[in-house]
Parts: sequence; C-alpha cells; structure tokens
Amino acid sequence: MSMPSQQLGDQAKPRVRPRRSVAAVKEERAAFLFLTPWFAGLFLFLALPLGYAVYISMTDRRLISGARTHFIGLDNYVYMFTQDGFFYHALYITMKWLVLSTPLFLGAGLLLSLLLNQKYFGMNVFRTILYIPAVVSGVAVAVLWLQLLNPELGVVNYVLTRLGVENPPYWLEDPQWAMPAVLLMGLWGVGGYAIIYLAGLQNIPPHLYEAATIDGAGAWGKFRHITLPMLSPTIFFLVLNAVIDALLIFGPLFVLVGGGGSGGPENSLLFYMLYLYRVAFTQGFMGYGTALAMILTIIGVIMVFIMMKAERRFVFYESEE
Amino acid sequence: MVQRAEEKSIDAPRFPRLPGVLHAVFVYSLLILASLFILLPVGWMLTAALKPDTVPVFTFPPEWFPTKYWHWETFREALFKEKFLRYTANSAFLVFMNVIGVVLSSSLIAFPFARLRFRGKNALFTFLIATMLLPAPVLLIPQFLLFYQIGWYGTYYPLWVPSFAGNAFFIFLMRQYMRSIPIELDEAARVDGAGYWTIYWRIVMPLCVPVLTVAAVFQFMWTWNDFFGPLIYLDDPEKFTVALALAAMVQRIGTEWNEVMAANLIVMFPVLIVYFFAQDKLIGGIANVGLKG
Repeated sequence: MSMPSQQLGDQAKPRVRPRRSVAAVKEERAAFLFLTPWFAGLFLFLALPLGYAVYISMTDRRLISGARTHFIGLDNYVYMFTQDGFFYHALYITMKWLVLSTPLFLGAGLLLSLLLNQKYFGMNVFRTILYIPAVVSGVAVAVLWLQLLNPELGVVNYVLTRLGVENPPYWLEDPQWAMPAVLLMGLWGVGGYAIIYLAGLQNIPPHLYEAATIDGAGAWGKFRHITLPMLSPTIFFLVLNAVIDALLIFGPLFVLVGGGGSGGPENSLLFYMLYLYRVAFTQGFMGYGTALAMILTIIGVIMVFIMMKAERRFVFYESEE
Repeated sequence: MVQRAEEKSIDAPRFPRLPGVLHAVFVYSLLILASLFILLPVGWMLTAALKPDTVPVFTFPPEWFPTKYWHWETFREALFKEKFLRYTANSAFLVFMNVIGVVLSSSLIAFPFARLRFRGKNALFTFLIATMLLPAPVLLIPQFLLFYQIGWYGTYYPLWVPSFAGNAFFIFLMRQYMRSIPIELDEAARVDGAGYWTIYWRIVMPLCVPVLTVAAVFQFMWTWNDFFGPLIYLDDPEKFTVALALAAMVQRIGTEWNEVMAANLIVMFPVLIVYFFAQDKLIGGIANVGLKG
C-alpha cells in the first residue's frame, strides 16, 4: 500500500521543491514549539540561577532578610583558599570517601553480578532481594543503620562479638570508625550496581566465550580478555555515576551525624555537602555557601571531563554494524 | 553425537577447576550470605516495630524475626500520632505532580528530537547531554534565593514546578525509544491531514507507554526519596514529606524506637510495592541507559 505513494513522493521531489520548503519551515516551527518547555526551563532553572550564583558568590549575602548585601569581589574565594580550614577538611573527607567508596562499591557490585550471572535456578529471587536497598530512600536506610551500628546495643557489634572481636568499634561515635561505618552502610546498597553490571554481562555474546574455550583460555583469561573489555562501557557509566554520587552524598549523612549542620565526631563526617549546608543554611552565609558550591561544581566538571578523556583509552566499544 | 559432546564442553561452567556441584554450592552459599546481609536488618526492623513500648527494642541476642510480639498498634501510632499518614499524603501529592510534569514535558521535548527535522538539532541534543552531566549543587542556593524572593519558600511549588521543564535523562531515554517507532506512521498520518500535535498525542504517545512507565517509576522513587529539596524549602511540619519527617523524628529527643522503625517501614513500603511490580521494566530501563549512555 505504502510503496506506490512513497515512489510517487520521491519522483515528485524536484517539482514541489518550494512547497516542501514551506513544509520544512512548518516542521521547524512545530519543533521549536514542542521544545518551548525545555527552553523555558533552561532559562529559568539553569541559566538564570547559574548567572545569579556567579554574582551571589561574590557577595556577603545572608539568609536573614534584614541584612544588607555588599559586592565583595573574590573575597569569598580568597578566604576559602587561604583561611578556611574547614573547606580543606571537608574536601579531604569527600576525596577520602571517593577514593575508598568507589572501588569498594564497584568491586563488590561486580563480584555480586558475576554470581547472579550464573545460570542456576532461583537467580531472580536473589536479584530481587539484593536490589531492595537501592530502591528505598537513603534517609530510611540511614535511620535503620543508625540503630544497627549502635556501639553497645546494636546488631553489628553483637555479630562482631560473636565472631570473637573483643572490643568492637564505636562506629559513628569514634572519629576513626565513622567513615568505615558509612562504607559498611553503603555496602548494603551495592545491589544497585550489581543489577547494572548484570545487564552488561548478559549483553556479551556467548560466542566469544565459546571461541575462547576452543582456544584453551582459562576462567581468568576469559574474564580478563572478554568480560572486562566487553563490560568496560558499563564500568565507565558506573564510575561516572559513583564519582558524582560520592561528591554529592548528603541525605543519609545528615541522618547519621544527627542533622543541624553537625559534622560527626570531631567533624570526621564533615563531607563537602554537609559543610555547604552548615554554612549556607544553618549559619546563613548564602554568599559564601554559593562560592563553596561553585568550587565543588568546578571540581565535578573537571572530574567528568577527565573521565570522558580517559574513556577513549580504556573503554572498548564494539563497532556498530 | 560427537558434535553434541563438543557443544557440551563449550557450555561447561566458567570455573572449570571446580566440579559442577561444588561450583553450585559455592555460588549459592555466597548469594545466600549476601541475601542474609540484606534481609536480617529488615527482619530486625520489623521485629522492633512490632514490639510494644513496654519492652526494650534492643535485646541480647538480637531478635531477627518477629516471634514473640505482634503489636500492630505501633504502626497505628506511627500513622496517626506521629502523623505519617499525613506525610504520606504530602509525598503522594508531590509524586503525582512530579510524575505528571516530567512525563508530559519530557515526552513533548523528546518528540522533535526523535521525529522532526529542524536546524541546530544535533547541537541542541549535544547540549542536552551536557546538562545531564553537570553536577547540580551550584544551582541549589541561587534557586533557593530566587524561589524565596517570589514568595515560594514554605510552599510545594519549588518541589514540583521545575519538573514541568523536563528532565534531560528522561528526554534522552524517550528520544531513543521514539526513534525506534517507524516514521511511516507519521507520514501516513500527515497524508490524512493530521498536525504534529495529533501525531505526538495520538500516534507516538500511545506507542511509548513502556518508556513513559519507566520514567514515571523512576520519578516516583526520586520524589518519594528526595530529602534536600523538602529540607530547605519546607518549614511547616504539617507540610513535611516522609523522608523529612523521618529525619526529624530521629533527631527528636525521647522518640520511641519501635515507632521510628514502624515509620521507617511505612516510608519504605510504597517504594517496595512499586519496585516489586515494576522491577523488570525498571531494570530494563536502567540497563538501557547504562549501555547506551
């Protein structure tokens, strides 16, 4: 049915050229009409706040309404880099978290996905269970773990005692153990990573493994030379997400430290976002808080940029046919 | 016969040093261990929630699953005395507005990217992807101040109005999906005199239900679990969302921990229900993004 009309359309092309261009103009006008909400959003919720942010970060803007705002140039940034010890501390804590959590979560997630990828009965049930912590709210998870990690009465230390640990750590009350406590809580959610790995694993064509078996490759060889390269786009996607998540983690920490601008014992959990919240919303220094946010965003953008550059070297994409 | 034997050896387990049964035992025991790591804390939480106020929540040894107490009244107290029914309604309202907003606007924006020709399309699409990668904390405070100045502090508007401007991640997802629908459908409709709006609303949208569902489920979970937004914009406890109310409840001195655990389960419950029913679509959706993004 559609064949003749299509042919006719092709033949008629040169003759109705001016009319087609009218149609093209109409099509373009319609396209931009459809895009209106996006353009409006880009202006109202992206460009405008972004420009405003640049300005506020150069003022001493306060949260309280009576206070006068003065333009102070780069003073906020100068103060941040030369005098604000908390800034460096928060940056250090966040980077430490990033360096510890990303390999731990991504590694554990990969291991879990390799297990889930075995062709055995009941794998769906395990998959469903292991993904549960990834869907519930981070705040709810933190409320639960706050109880589990209770140093004297908590379940975690009960298990450790039963396993023969004589003086189990004080977790969230001990500056040395506060971050390991958050890592442990994070491990509870690695099923979220495992599911994405699993999708990547199941996309690897089986004939690659078959060919490797014929060539006499062992399990490790297959993992190293087939699984890892074929999985590298997935790994890249997860690293990108994990890094951004690590920079922006807030809600669960807010619960673990007890809220209200606290930073945990001896500020050992003063992550960057917690410090930003403390400065901007509990102390009310909006100008300085925005300057802090500016620097975090720049760090994030640089990291994303570096990872995108690295992608070309380390990520293997099967050529599309 | 010979060929069959060969095929079998090719499909042999990945860890060839372990015989089949041992391999299975190894895989199952690790997975069971991991599942216990997930389920035991949840069981402990349920046990704690089902205890009356008169018995200690923390016991030695811990009780992993409810056996002795079935005090469902704790849930009633969490719902009514602690007002979690109210907070659930508040969160449900925000979920509704956000889902409607994001699904409508994202599909609207994805449509021309997938199916219309216009100048600057590729550049605009690249820009869309770039906005997806921009870490957003820099916008938090200026957005807060802008909303504050127009009198939206303490209202729900800052928490749902922006969703009507689309979400770059969903626009990307929907554009990929819309591209897989044959373009001949549009051409046929145009021959019949349909305008672009009709094509979008009557032809493309009904075929996009799977991807729209994925977006709706994701948005549901994000809005339900969102914490920072409600924390900075809401000041009236009557307007609190579930996540915010939960955090506030924990910080209050003298809270009953059995009620906290009951409230926590109430907060988790709707998300888990949606997850159990939509898990295949959800996981498929994540996988798609992970592989193409």
